[in-house]
Formats: sequence, structure tokens, C-alpha cells
Amino acid sequence: MQEIKHAISHVEGTAVVVAGNDIDTDQIIPARFMKVVTFDGLGEYAFYDLRFTEGGEQKPHPFNDERFAGASIMVVNRNFGCGSSREHAPQALMRSGIKAVVGESFAEIFAGNCTAMGVPAVILPHETIVEIQKRIESDPSTMLSVDLPSSTITVGDTEYTFDMPPAYRSALIAGNWDSTSVLLSNVGLIEERASHIPYLSGFAG
Amino acid sequence: MKRNLFNTVWDMHKVTTLDSGQDQLFIGLHLIHEVTSPQAFQMLEERGLKVLRPDRTFATVDHIVPTASQERPFKDRLAEEMMQAIERNTEKHGIEFFGLHTDHQGIVHIIGPELGLTQPGMTIACGDSHTSTHGAFGAIGFGIGTSQIRDVLATQTMALSRPKVRKIDVSGRLRPGVYAKDIILKIIAELGVNGGIGYAYEYNGEAIHALSMEERMTICNMSIEGGARVGYVNPDQTTFDYIEGRQYAPAGEAFDEAVTFWKSIASDADAEYDDVFNLDADQLAPMVTWGITPGQAISVEDRIPSLRELPDEQRETAEKALAHMGFAEREPIRGKKIDVAFLGSCTNGRISDLREAARIVKGQKVAKGVRAFVVPGSKQVSIQAEREGLPEIFREAGFDWRGAGCSMCLAMNPDKLNDREISASSSNRNFVGRQGSPMGRTLLMSPAMVAAAAITGEVSDVRELAPSPEPVV
Repeated sequence: MQEIKHAISHVEGTAVVVAGNDIDTDQIIPARFMKVVTFDGLGEYAFYDLRFTEGGEQKPHPFNDERFAGASIMVVNRNFGCGSSREHAPQALMRSGIKAVVGESFAEIFAGNCTAMGVPAVILPHETIVEIQKRIESDPSTMLSVDLPSSTITVGDTEYTFDMPPAYRSALIAGNWDSTSVLLSNVGLIEERASHIPYLSGFAG
Repeated sequence: MKRNLFNTVWDMHKVTTLDSGQDQLFIGLHLIHEVTSPQAFQMLEERGLKVLRPDRTFATVDHIVPTASQERPFKDRLAEEMMQAIERNTEKHGIEFFGLHTDHQGIVHIIGPELGLTQPGMTIACGDSHTSTHGAFGAIGFGIGTSQIRDVLATQTMALSRPKVRKIDVSGRLRPGVYAKDIILKIIAELGVNGGIGYAYEYNGEAIHALSMEERMTICNMSIEGGARVGYVNPDQTTFDYIEGRQYAPAGEAFDEAVTFWKSIASDADAEYDDVFNLDADQLAPMVTWGITPGQAISVEDRIPSLRELPDEQRETAEKALAHMGFAEREPIRGKKIDVAFLGSCTNGRISDLREAARIVKGQKVAKGVRAFVVPGSKQVSIQAEREGLPEIFREAGFDWRGAGCSMCLAMNPDKLNDREISASSSNRNFVGRQGSPMGRTLLMSPAMVAAAAITGEVSDVRELAPSPEPVV
């Protein structure tokens, strides 16, 4: 079996600010773009309805803003990625160039999906996020650097300590974020556990 | 002693603790559908992996199926392609597929319980956030992304961190005209759309255990709208009675064994929780959302809040909501005109929902200018409704009666809002653009309230419209 093991401990680049609380996965990728059997090509549909009118004209949105072109880190606010479990949402973001997400909080399934794709989703307090967002807005060339081993993010020359579920952090650092091979290595234990679950044997005793 | 169901079921399925600190959890039942699975099968094939337990994996089609005509090939080429992908994948991997050719096709969270696949004490995963629905049976249902679907297909397990457990104790009894939907909308309004992050919700108390299984499913279904990935109700006699005799349910002596097991996993009376929240069902009125998150819900008697009275952290989303909805602060929600009435979805597309709506609709006419339609949650719901004469009641009133699917809950099929249309909807999400038009607007409410809105053409208090609470047949 092809094993995917790729440690992710550091993401560096310029950033894009997508401000607002409760930005749901329907806004990140509208459902009509999910009629696909592969994730390839989803990048161009990220935030589609926020970026384009129904006639296809551009609307003002950070993802349309030349100043943020080439950004690899996205800075968001509270409860980002709420709603649907569609992995199409973080896939669309990743395929439009986002390699890490920094926010006040993330919906649980969204954060799990990000990790499973090797995209760190790290958490900072509201005041810090607002401060970072202001700084990026005023100077989009500001370099950000997310360092997982030290749990720090550097914005220009300012360093902050971020929060992140420890399991996600360690899986990314160890390169085990693609969990299939780790889970499959316990196949004996899986069978052993299954043999003790009463409904799997049809309650036959 | 002092154990809650969540921790008991988790421990029973825990294979091991991984180096990351997460637990590897065995998944007893894996449900798949056409939208989130094709990429998972593709990843599996790229790695030369097989489906470990096809016998514990079941598939259906719901998200993309058209509801007006379900003839193949579908007119929508992309939808047809997805349909063919799931047919191919299930056949290749030996997975039972409840497709359109069977009498058991329907929304994945409706057919699982209907078939008796969903049982207490199970861990259930599905690539859909409303998998929490299955918690109504005292199962633990996880909505998962496509990479995790790959994990479950390949290993029948997934890596998870154990959440905390919050008990939501609902005392009293629902008054006539007030429903399970109103309980869950009120809970989300109180605890917030992100209040449940990191928690599993246990719904408990007199009001919850007085509910039917279908009503419990409505409540567990929307746990995720409150941020909680998992929601459940402890199994009781209502649960056992619902399961008995269903196709995949244990039968005979095995059923008695099962009931003993199911009783043993329920939370102890003195079980410990990480948090407790109390709600009184006696005080509840029908709820309606006024904004763009399911937490922006008020009683039908109330006015839309003013920005000033809202806590700081809610103001920004509220401002966006007012702008999108075209509503003003302090306006009553009652009397808001609607263009579309949608009855259906995994939240409220079951037979009891349609019966209750039909009771309101019977002998009435849909208001002029309102497009109203019913999308049964499954073929079985549709067949049962036909036995009871419900389609005629709806059709005579001016509703369209459709085939089973997710339909305008998320508008991946041809059922959509147009432009700035506003819908009264029995579904679960009022997000901007959710029902197919980026400018469309959604008011979430119970099926009975949707029926009332369809008849009057505006948000109305169903308690003033409802005939005496007798069944239609």
C-alpha cells in the first residue's frame, strides 16, 4: 500500500483576512459545486457566491483582492467552517493556495477535515486575531509564520503562542495526519475489539 | 455506576489510544451516499486498499436525486455521473445499495432507522453532518469528511478525540402546536451555534422521553447546528418498540438479548456530566428563525431583536442577517410574507411530520402566489403516506407531491429558491444561499408551522389555525 507520510511543522507566507463570525461551509463552497466525483478543480469555487454575482461579475472579497494574491495563510474569526461536514470546503481552500488557517475558533468537523488534509487550523484569542487582521489589512506583504513544534505564530516581528488540539498538532508534526495507514497498522486490535461488540455477532451470545 | 451512555459506548468501541493521543474507535455502522463518497473510494483505489467490512456498510442516494422525475439517465449530466459512481463503487466492493430501484431509497438518516440498521449502543459514521440523527436511538453518530470516510472504509475505525458530555434536561411537556423542532431551535438559540463545540449532547428529561422516536430524531438531527457533533437520547421502551420487527433488527431470542444489552448502556440515574443545561418545555412556543444561522430563532410571538440588546459577540452576524433578510430590528416575525413552503429533509421529512402538516392543510388552500411542495424523506415514508391518503390532502390544497430525497434543504437537485424568494422550511439550515439562490432567504420552523405559513402566505402561529388535534385518518 502506498503510504502517505509527510510531516508538516512549519507554514510560512503572506496572509489573507476573511473576517466575520459563523462563516459556514455553504459559503465556503456552495452545494451546487459539489456535483463532482473528484476534488480537483474545486479551488476556483472557494467563496464563489461571495466573490461573484449571479452574472459572474466580481464582487469585493478578499479572495478577489490583488493585494492578497498568493496568500497561503488565512486569518478568520469565530466558528469558522460551521454547518455541513463537506470536506469540499477545506479542499477548495487548499486548492486555492491556503496551507494554514488561523482563527478564533473552528467548527469541529471542519478542523478535523483540515487536519486530515495536512492543513493546520490554529487558534488565537479574539483580540489577537483582530490585531493580526488589522496588521495584514494595512500591510498585505506582512509575512506570517506558523510553527507547530513551538506552538507559535510570528506576524512580522511579533510572536504569539497559539492553541490547537494536541492530537492534531502531534499528528501533523509526526506526518501521521493521513491516518489510514496508522489505523490499518492495528488491524489485529480492530478484529479483537470487534469480537467483543455484542451487536456484531447478532446478539448470538 | 455514574456512567453516561456516551462514555460507555465509546469505551466499548475503543480499539486503542494512538500516539497522537486520539482514540481509534471501531465504527459499527457506516452509511454512505453519492456526494461525499466517490473521492473516498478513489483514494482507496489509489492505495490499493479494500473495504474492510462491506457487511457493516450501507449506501443510498439522496442529495442529488431529482424529486419531480427520477427517470434515468438524469437530465443533469453531473448528477447522473455521481449516480453511476456510487452504483459502480457499491457493486465493486460488495456494499448493499438502496438505490432508486428499491423501495428503501431515501435520505440516509431516514432509511437507517427505518430499516432497523440504527440500533442503541452503536457507533455510526456517515459523510454528512446530520449523522447525529441516529443518536435518537442511543447510538453515537458522527458526521465525517471524505478523508475519514476513506479511513472507515479501509479500517472500519477512525481517529477521534473524546468530547465532553453536556446533559440537556428538558422538563415538563410540550403544549399543543409546539413540537420537537421548537425544543431544538430553542436549545440552539440559548446555547449558541458554537456552544456545543467539543461536546456531545445528551437530551434527557420528562419532555424528551415523552417524544416519539421520530421527534427524538428531529432533536438529535440538529445537534450539529448547535456545534455539537454528537447528540443522543438514552434508549427506553419507545426505542425498543420502534426497532422490533424491522428488517435488520434482531428477532426472537436475539431481540430479548438485545434489549437487555440496550438497557445496560443507558446513562445511570446518577451519571456524571461535564455540564448540564435545563429547559422547561411547558414554556415553549413555536419557534421561527429570522436570520442566517439556526441560532437566530425566536418565538413566533416575539419581535426580531434589536442589535443593541444582543451580546457583543452576536451583533456582527445579526447585522449581516438583517441586511440579507431585508428585515428591520424590532419587527414582529409573524406576518412576514413567504414565497415558498418546503416540507421535507432529514430533520422533518418523516411520516409523523407529514401527518401533522396534513392535519393543518386538510380542506384549506395554499395562499395565492406561494409555491408549496412536499418531499417525503424516503420511499417508505412516501408509501406509508399514500396508504393514509396524505398526497391527496396536500394536492387538493395546492401542494406538489414529490419523490424522496434531500431536495431544497440544500438544493443540489433542481429544487431551488429563485432570486430573493423567501421560504418557510422544515429543514435545518438557513445559511445564506443554502436553498439554491445566493440571495434566497430561509425561515426555519416546524412542519406544522410550514403548513400554516403555506395556507396564510405568511408566518403564522399554528396554534391559532390548528383544528382539534385528531389524526387525519
